[in-house]
Amino acid sequence: MSDQGRFNLRHAALGAALLVIVVSVPHFLKFHHQDLLIFLTINVLVVCSYRLVTLTGEWSLIHAVMLGVGAYAATLSHNHLGLEIWFTLPLAGLTGALVAALLCFPLLRMTQFYFLIGSFAAGEAIRLIWVEWVSVFGGTSGLRGVEAPVVWGIDFLDPIPYYYFCLAVVTLCLLILYRIENSRIGLTLHAIHWKAALAESVGVDAWKYRALAFIIGSFFAAIAGGLKIHYLGSVTPNQFTIGFMVFILIWVIVGGYNKFYGPIIGVVVLTIFDESIREFEIVRPAIYGGMLILSILFLPLGLESIPSKFRSWFGAGSTPSEPPLTDR
Amino acid sequence: MDLVLQSIVNGLIQGGFYSLFAIGLVLIFGVMRVVNFAHGELVMVGAFTIWVVHAQFGIGYIPAIAVAIVLVTVIGLLMERVLFRPTRADPLAGLICSIGVLFILQVIATLVGGDGPSKQVPPPYHGTLVLFEMIRIPYQRVFSLVVSAAALGGLWFFLTRSKFGWALRAVAMDREVAALQGINTNKISIVAISVGAALAGLAGGLVAPLGNINPHMGHNVIVTAFIVTIVGGVGSLSGAILAAILYAMFHTFVTVYFGATIATIAGLTLMVVVLIVKPTGIMGVKVSE
Repeated sequence: MSDQGRFNLRHAALGAALLVIVVSVPHFLKFHHQDLLIFLTINVLVVCSYRLVTLTGEWSLIHAVMLGVGAYAATLSHNHLGLEIWFTLPLAGLTGALVAALLCFPLLRMTQFYFLIGSFAAGEAIRLIWVEWVSVFGGTSGLRGVEAPVVWGIDFLDPIPYYYFCLAVVTLCLLILYRIENSRIGLTLHAIHWKAALAESVGVDAWKYRALAFIIGSFFAAIAGGLKIHYLGSVTPNQFTIGFMVFILIWVIVGGYNKFYGPIIGVVVLTIFDESIREFEIVRPAIYGGMLILSILFLPLGLESIPSKFRSWFGAGSTPSEPPLTDR
Repeated sequence: MDLVLQSIVNGLIQGGFYSLFAIGLVLIFGVMRVVNFAHGELVMVGAFTIWVVHAQFGIGYIPAIAVAIVLVTVIGLLMERVLFRPTRADPLAGLICSIGVLFILQVIATLVGGDGPSKQVPPPYHGTLVLFEMIRIPYQRVFSLVVSAAALGGLWFFLTRSKFGWALRAVAMDREVAALQGINTNKISIVAISVGAALAGLAGGLVAPLGNINPHMGHNVIVTAFIVTIVGGVGSLSGAILAAILYAMFHTFVTVYFGATIATIAGLTLMVVVLIVKPTGIMGVKVSE
């Protein structure tokens, strides 16, 4: 965040190059890879919104289920109220925020280990409600029928238009998330993480800020869920298991969660890596598991920390030492 | 009335089985402060070992259980040495590493057993014990109850009567103070994970002939273990056993009358309620940070 405000030519060039790449990339890809690109774009929003929740130092295991809340909200409002994607997405986000706000009261009474387990339990309970309440949520086979519309002759079911739509939505959300993190709220969240007692002693209501982070994070997770489901066309409870949650954790941790762009690097690199080992279908999870372990043991600050490590090895100036994984 | 009594007995048997793996989780968390997310997979490996050794190679059931216990204990020891010890400063890192192990063990099980349908192990004990002409318990379940009760009794004896047991409980109470008293905490960690993993392997061995064996069976195990651990009180062994039996009864009854999914939802809700109302659980003591 020290880069904020030091906008120079190098950053401008980097930004322009990035823009050219993300805009042109779908045209060089096969159909299957275009699909993947859409999910990757959505997952970028997933990891960034998750990072906001973790800023206070609490790791939740309910984020994947929050995607599901958004996905079901989008599907139900589309199927029953006939709303199109422009309205279902904000509605999904609001539903996610509402569910998160209600869950704040039980969940945020806990911290650390208890919060982790409590959020896991709450998420699993919500997911099982989707399984059990067949008349509304369709049980294990889920709901179908939600799809992107045709507007001005553009079919949004086509990967390329939908990719641009996702790109626009995700970019907007990322800008908001970035602004939040660098605002007073974001700084307070950092303060609660690293110096909880001090923050409270100067009058910060830690509970309120933790709740705020949880609600905002869930809002964007639910939007991501809506985006995903409008492309997939159907929603099932099995899309939001602890398995998917674990993938979110892996992306964030392997990428490195101390910087805003760390999780984005994580999800992009691992998605490309994942695609390159597609032929080893059965052993793929083990490769992932092994990478997770190796990165925790040997690169605890994530891929994001590699450049600064290089710099410190070759003595090009001192790099500020990052805080440890957790401050306990 | 028959159904009620039958459900109580079934719940008791189920509770003994739950205790075996929940205790392991509590021991590992108590001594090493790490949530072993792969604990369900240890049970799964135990069950798979029975399938390979007993059902495929035709070696006896009891020796197969012994093999399962040894194998799972070795896995546990490897996890302690390679993963949990280097990451001890950070409980989150240990948890994440155990998730990595979870994936690896699932893949190994898939490679060993193939990607097909769930495996079955024919029960080595046949026949049914009939009590008072209304409660029917298959001998396989009687065996399961007796063995888990014996294992828990043995564990209790070990923890309260042996020097290692005393040292282990001391480390669980306060690692630093225990170390100051000259207790080798690394050695105690090894003991804790050996006992925890051995019990998980035993649980896998006991469940193998009673249910379906597949690489993903660990999920339900870990969900149950979390509920039991939280309700019983994190770090409380007697609490975990009591909670395991109570939760098993509760789950059995709700399943009989409302179905299994509702029972799990109710269990998870119960756990969240306990976390809010009494985070230390029914028998819990305050865990030192």
